[in-house]
Amino acid sequence: MKLLKLVPDNTNIRFLRWQWPFFIVNVLAMLAAVVLLFTNGLNLGIDFVGGQMIRTTFTQSAEAPTAALREEIDALGYGEPVIQAFGEPNEVSIRMRLPDGADTRPELSAEMTNKVTALIRQNHPDARIDGVDAVSGRVSGELFQTGMQALALAAIAISIYIWVRFEWQFGVGALFALVQDVLLTVGMFSLTQWEFDLNIVAALLTLIGYSLNDKIVVYDRIRENLKKYRRMPLPELLDLSVNETLSRTIVTSLSLLITLVSLLLLGPDVIFGFTAAITLGIFIGTYSSIFMSAPFLIWLGVTSDSFVPKESAADRQARKAMGRPEA
Amino acid sequence: MLDFPLWKRVWLWGLTIVGLLCALPSMVALAGGSWPAFLPNPVVNLGLDLAGGSHIMLEADARQVGAQRLLSMEEDVRDALRQASPRIRHGDISTSGGRLSFMVEDPGQVDAARDVLEPLTTGAGLTGQRDWTIEVVDGTRFILTQTRAGLDLAIKQAMTSATEVVRKRIDALGTREPTIIQSGADRIVVQVPGLEDPEALKELLGQTANLEFKLVDTTALPSDIAAGIVPPGSEIVPYAADAQIGGAIAVKRLGGIRGDSLTNAQQTVDQQTNRPVVSITFDPQGAQRFARLTTENVNRQFAIILDGEVLSAPVIQTPILGGTAQISGNFTVESANQLAVALNSGALPVELTVVEERTVRAELGADSISKGAIAIGVGTLALVLFIFATYGPRFGFYANAAVVINVLIILGVMAVVGATLTLPGIAGFVLTIGAAVDANVLINERIREERARGRRVVQAVESGYREASRAIFDANITNVIAAGLLFLFGSGPVKGFAVVLVIGIITSVFTAVTLTRMWVAGWLRRARPNDLVL
Repeated sequence: MKLLKLVPDNTNIRFLRWQWPFFIVNVLAMLAAVVLLFTNGLNLGIDFVGGQMIRTTFTQSAEAPTAALREEIDALGYGEPVIQAFGEPNEVSIRMRLPDGADTRPELSAEMTNKVTALIRQNHPDARIDGVDAVSGRVSGELFQTGMQALALAAIAISIYIWVRFEWQFGVGALFALVQDVLLTVGMFSLTQWEFDLNIVAALLTLIGYSLNDKIVVYDRIRENLKKYRRMPLPELLDLSVNETLSRTIVTSLSLLITLVSLLLLGPDVIFGFTAAITLGIFIGTYSSIFMSAPFLIWLGVTSDSFVPKESAADRQARKAMGRPEA
Repeated sequence: MLDFPLWKRVWLWGLTIVGLLCALPSMVALAGGSWPAFLPNPVVNLGLDLAGGSHIMLEADARQVGAQRLLSMEEDVRDALRQASPRIRHGDISTSGGRLSFMVEDPGQVDAARDVLEPLTTGAGLTGQRDWTIEVVDGTRFILTQTRAGLDLAIKQAMTSATEVVRKRIDALGTREPTIIQSGADRIVVQVPGLEDPEALKELLGQTANLEFKLVDTTALPSDIAAGIVPPGSEIVPYAADAQIGGAIAVKRLGGIRGDSLTNAQQTVDQQTNRPVVSITFDPQGAQRFARLTTENVNRQFAIILDGEVLSAPVIQTPILGGTAQISGNFTVESANQLAVALNSGALPVELTVVEERTVRAELGADSISKGAIAIGVGTLALVLFIFATYGPRFGFYANAAVVINVLIILGVMAVVGATLTLPGIAGFVLTIGAAVDANVLINERIREERARGRRVVQAVESGYREASRAIFDANITNVIAAGLLFLFGSGPVKGFAVVLVIGIITSVFTAVTLTRMWVAGWLRRARPNDLVL
């Protein structure tokens, strides 16, 4: 039986030969992401800026009376709402910013929600209100803060774990990779102006977890090979490690992408942004695992002796007993 | 490594079967069937985003608690000084900046006044902790300041009783299975499954229902009130129903009756005007005070004040001795009924403001579930085919079986521990599937490698599992760290995701590493193959 092999046996791609071009591309991409964030910004959802989003389906008409709705709500004096189609043409989301003065008087934002829903019910009897999300300024500020804190804490905690389990260079390398993955993903959100809400923070955290899985697999192999092939030149050893794990990296990424793409195409609209973020992140994370995780270690000064002091006499004996070659 | 004694196999199969059994009721429920009631019935909870319902977060204004404490302290101090024997004459009482200050007229009574005040300022139940500090400046001026500890305790108590009041009000509405929990120092989260129009609920919770009866200060001229000038001892209260006198009247600050001595309130119809009113009944003590107030003030006007606004200000015709009264105002049947519900549940000790509301219609949730289920179904099918293509019928089957069992066990564990499945939780499922697949990929790739190096079958499988386990362990620990932080610091949707992830990581190690190893070991023992299709 012939099995599917995406990466042929004995593949030996000299990734490190391309470390500088890739590095330059990376730095440029990260710079572009930063520039985008400052110029384009993020389309922050109401979770983070406060305000309300009302999802409505007009059950009797084929299309939502967007213009009329906009005018009526505008007349309430809270400013013009952002009305967007949501799936079908008779489904819309009505988005509004926090009313003036709501930062000191949170009851004003609840009042706005009541008025807008009452208006919709009164003027459009065929409108069915499917969902209301209303977040006051105080809560939204906290949501943003706690979300970002969780993100930073997770990145740091994971890096410390890797430092303890490996060497400090691996921890720093992982942290760099994480910053890069998150930055590029957030950059894409800035470019596409997809809504950035609380679910996206969860997606970024997922991505951190996944991307680290990848790096750990590569690092684990590097650690193993450093002990095994003591005299192999470092660049060659790193290339070997990446190549040996390449098949796993590709198969796992593809497996996840298969499920994510089906969720993206067939899943509920509500989690589109979430799945899009993870899908994007997997591309970026896979790229950085293959092309960036190894060179980082060279730049940070990992040497062939990095794991030698840790090898005890017993380990050495065990290795000899198992008949493993030294180089 | 590949040695599985009988007791171990029994254990592992037992765990698997228990896990699958736990998932069964949820599977039946999600498929739309009904699980026999006489069997244990742990069905996974669906979050409001899937099942439909309302989530409302209320926030209390903690500053109010301090202001109210100051006010009641003022009354307590006046009472205490008046009732002391000999009576302690005092004056120039003022409350500002969270402090109460007054002068004792006779310097010789300073020590006596201190003795009288002492019991009022020590915290109840807290040894050595004071609620207020007493200072005497310039010989005769007392300054009482609230301590942080006292204020915090008061806020805590206010929140506890506010949560209780909210619970009573929601119960009175007859809504099904509401969840009411205090969150943080000053917030209450209310979740009501199935409630799609929370308007009435929000209105009810927005009412403090602080009812007061106070005498109208008739000495105040309407022009003075309009200009904001009030006689000492009085205050201006808005009175929207009577626009003729400028929409506000002056009432005596002290000597009124508070609504906390009510035993019952209900919506009735006034016999004369045929309009909806709220009838209230006082407890014996309140009835007595109400009788005294009305007896002493016949032909005077008194104001019925709700949450700082006058509802009506009738003239007392005859003393009301029976302990019942009627509140009239500009009521509809609904609003009168709502007020009755609010009064029956007692006054909220603090005003609550809605700071977050999320409502989802059940249809929308159902739509999300079916779309999510289809997506997961199609995705899993494609994944299963991909795994078969990559690892062949035997190892592909082991990996696939592990993934499917993993998903079911997660459902079972969630049902048993009472975790809630939310929309992001479904995404968590996808990620967990990924983690389970990854573990199998790591192992199988490793076995392939070892075979390529010329190892014999059993050795290759053995070292494949051993070498891959290290990376799997590290990878899963990092994910547990991420998920744990997500759970601790995340809120709402993020938490739902984290729960699935944490459970999923643990079960995925069990299914993808331990279970498959047992299967592979069993097959190796039985078939003793010379080669692997992998």
